[in-house]
Amino acid sequence: MPVVENNANAIPEDWEPKIIAFCCHWCTYTGADLAGLNRMNYPANVRVLRIPCSGRMNPQYVIEALNKGCDGVLVCGCHPGDCHYVTGNYYARRRMMIFKRLLEYEGLEPGRFQVKWISGAEAGKFRDTVMKAVEDVRALGPINLTREIPYFELPAMPDDDEEAFNAVPEEVFPEEVNA
Amino acid sequence: MSRIGVFLCYCGSNIAGTVDVEAVAEMARTLPGVVYVETNKYTCSDPGQEGVKNAIIEKGIDRVVVGPCSPRMHEPTWRKLLADTPVNPYMLEVANLREQCSWVHKDKAIATEKAKDLVKMAVAKVARLSPLHSTEIPVHKKALVIGGGIAGMQTALDIADAGFKVTIVERETSLGGKMVMLDKTFPTMDCSACICTPKMSEVGNHPNITVKSYSEVESVSGYIGNFEVTIREKAKYIDYTKCTGCGACETKCPSKVINEFEQGMSKRTAIYKMFPQAVPSKPVIDAEHCRMLQEGKCGVCAKVCPTGAINYQDEDKLTTETYGAIVFATGYKLIDWKPLYPEYGGGKYPDVITGLQFERLVNASGPTEGHILRPSDNKEPKSVVIIKCVGSRDPNKGKAYCSRACCMYSAKHAHQYLDKVPDGRCYVFYMDVRTPGKGYDEFYMNTVHDGAQYLRGRVSKIYKEGDKLICKGEDTLTSQQVTVAADMVVLETAMVPADGIDELAAKFTVGRDADGWLVEAHAKLRPVETNTAGIYLAGTAQGPKDIPDSVCQAGAAASKVIGLLNKDKLESNPQISRVNEALCQGDGACANICPYGAISIVEKQFRENSRKVTRPVAQVNPGLCQGCGACTVTCRAGAMDLMGYTNESIMREVDALCQW
Ligand SMILES: Cc1cc2nc3c(=O)[nH]c(=O)nc-3n(C[C@H](O)[C@H](O)[C@H](O)COP(=O)(O)OP(=O)(O)OC[C@H]3O[C@@H](n4cnc5c(N)ncnc54)[C@H](O)[C@@H]3O)c2cc1C
Ligand code: SF4
Ligand code: SF4
Repeated sequence: MPVVENNANAIPEDWEPKIIAFCCHWCTYTGADLAGLNRMNYPANVRVLRIPCSGRMNPQYVIEALNKGCDGVLVCGCHPGDCHYVTGNYYARRRMMIFKRLLEYEGLEPGRFQVKWISGAEAGKFRDTVMKAVEDVRALGPINLTREIPYFELPAMPDDDEEAFNAVPEEVFPEEVNA
Repeated sequence: MSRIGVFLCYCGSNIAGTVDVEAVAEMARTLPGVVYVETNKYTCSDPGQEGVKNAIIEKGIDRVVVGPCSPRMHEPTWRKLLADTPVNPYMLEVANLREQCSWVHKDKAIATEKAKDLVKMAVAKVARLSPLHSTEIPVHKKALVIGGGIAGMQTALDIADAGFKVTIVERETSLGGKMVMLDKTFPTMDCSACICTPKMSEVGNHPNITVKSYSEVESVSGYIGNFEVTIREKAKYIDYTKCTGCGACETKCPSKVINEFEQGMSKRTAIYKMFPQAVPSKPVIDAEHCRMLQEGKCGVCAKVCPTGAINYQDEDKLTTETYGAIVFATGYKLIDWKPLYPEYGGGKYPDVITGLQFERLVNASGPTEGHILRPSDNKEPKSVVIIKCVGSRDPNKGKAYCSRACCMYSAKHAHQYLDKVPDGRCYVFYMDVRTPGKGYDEFYMNTVHDGAQYLRGRVSKIYKEGDKLICKGEDTLTSQQVTVAADMVVLETAMVPADGIDELAAKFTVGRDADGWLVEAHAKLRPVETNTAGIYLAGTAQGPKDIPDSVCQAGAAASKVIGLLNKDKLESNPQISRVNEALCQGDGACANICPYGAISIVEKQFRENSRKVTRPVAQVNPGLCQGCGACTVTCRAGAMDLMGYTNESIMREVDALCQW
């Protein structure tokens, strides 16, 4: 049974799509700021969540968002070849594409999960991407999961050895610095 | 339970014009963990910041959310502010209420709702953050320059003059690189040796510079400020503390070998100096061709050496030292044109030579003492064809790129030839003539006035007829076939990266482009830095260029190194990845994808089920990790997390958003 049942036919009157955009700090987040500086206008249905690199993007965040009722998810990173961390967006591209196909195999409509490359200069592209995503998701209607998408929540880092972690291991930083 | 303080900003009317800040504040007061909410007209102003500090202390706040402009604008300001309070600077989250809310929406009710969500999200995240501390990384005040061509020498001199110690590793027996092989240099035609050899002695005699000739980098570990480098000094079979450089050995050695410095156009002995003004000015024994070392008989050099410096038992020496910064100045070599261009004879005609061979032929200390004589019969060629772009701008056979210096040095070669052989004729086949540079186009026009005949087109075939080399090509300007009977042909061949650069770059995790040149961190804004912090580029190692550009880049790389070595300590970014050793499987998936080589797998001892076990776990080097987070996603065990952007904090941000 697919995880999603399309209910585009029964869209409530006052319904507004909810979309999360995971944006790389160095490119898309910068482009979104530029859209602000240029006083561009775009729908408020998208909330941006800042990540350091699209390579940081863990598929479980997408699942969590969909499970918790988000109608759509955007992941945005630097154009291939432009990653601030050299290769992060190549990993993101591979991971997100496979993951997208998996979600679609499970029944998710393609418009609900989009991956886009937007540079720090492309304020206009950011605005257009947001507008397009809102339009796509609006056409699909509210998400209607027939069951939660199962996943294994990553364990949190133990807090107890805070001190030990922050102490610098000796081998890593030798005491003496030569003149 | 956390004690979160929320500080919202009006930013004059910038935020307050479209967002009802007081309504957002009202909502924030209801959020779990929030103990204090304040609004301010300008939070970033001095009184605004003072207010935040006072509130933190008075209310015993331990985590802070601010709701002003973009974190890209003021996040460092807020962290600095927190550093003056009991709150850890990393227990901070910024809700971007201006650039990504008030400035992009018009409807106040909608913008206010969005602002509330952004604040909820920030509160949810900050509640999950843990305090982080930057570590101080010591800086070893010493630089390593790899390659002793003009770029490497200039870098070393600039760093050394600023008062820092520098080591140059040069794999040949002398400093100088290609420049010292050149006869004269465009556009001013100074004698290359006259401007290059003084630099070599300056480097050799500089109190702050150590020259390790006949040496290569064996291995490296560490990171910015702390590169531990092992250098292999090949066996020279001569004790340099005794050798005076008199040269008696060289005159007596019976073993004759092809002379690489003279581009194969003369012979040298097995015990040799690369050229007379070599620095260091002492010979080495080329073990492969030494009769004593190969067959155990001869030993003539040891007999004639007046200081007893010869030591046939010498071995390679490994030394390890720590450097704060590294500069790659490994230069270029000329492309091996022979297999690529069978139509030019593929090497079977001795009178088809390369530009570097021509440089040696016109040089007064070269094999012909500066007389232009063709290699096959030592006769003066009366007609010379120069072919440009051999291997350059030719993606089918060679490289797609332009080698940048050849247009100018082919004009130089034509000029030199016509100068030395006034009754000679010189034809230059070209695709374009590119002369951007001060005095460059004037130089080219002078060569044309000297009588060099420029023909636009490629030569398609060279074959022998009698003692002439027949060059067939097309003059594309007149669309006519041209045939020139030449006595000698000079191929101006493409520059390609130096041999072995692939392995060397991999040791240092420095990137290379599709053609093998080392890659700068940013083509426009960071042209001499690499993506590995603390490693810089100078000269043709980064791509083809001429001497003035190599020297400029050398100065730029040196200034970056000086800036780094001037610091006693670097503050490391604490927002880096961290291993949960209890979960780590030690499979190294993370180590494989880290673009900075920051993760290593180490054997560690643990106490598990009250027994001691040793198992492999990942270890993150805080000096190398840049905090991209790619490793965290790769880890199947979920053992890797990114501080400041932990899985848990992002998940709770998502949850907070989904409540809207
Ligand atoms: C025929 C010809 C004529 C030219 N004429 C001119 C001219 O007139 N004017 C002009 O401005 N430019 C001219 N050029 C260009 C000029 O040669 C280069 O711009 C310049 O030499 C580049 O210097 P470099 O230090 O970058 O490289 P190189 O001179 O190649 O020096 C690199 C050094 O690094 C060493 N090295 C390499 N790998 C390693 C390693 N792994 N470990 C240790 N050491 C290593 C090499 O042995 C070498 O000594 C000419 C080039 C050619 C081919
Ligand atoms: S021992 Fe080797 S280097 Fe010395 S003279 Fe004989 S062949 Fe030459
Ligand atoms: S003879 Fe001895 S001192 Fe003279 S150059 Fe040769 S090794 Fe050095």
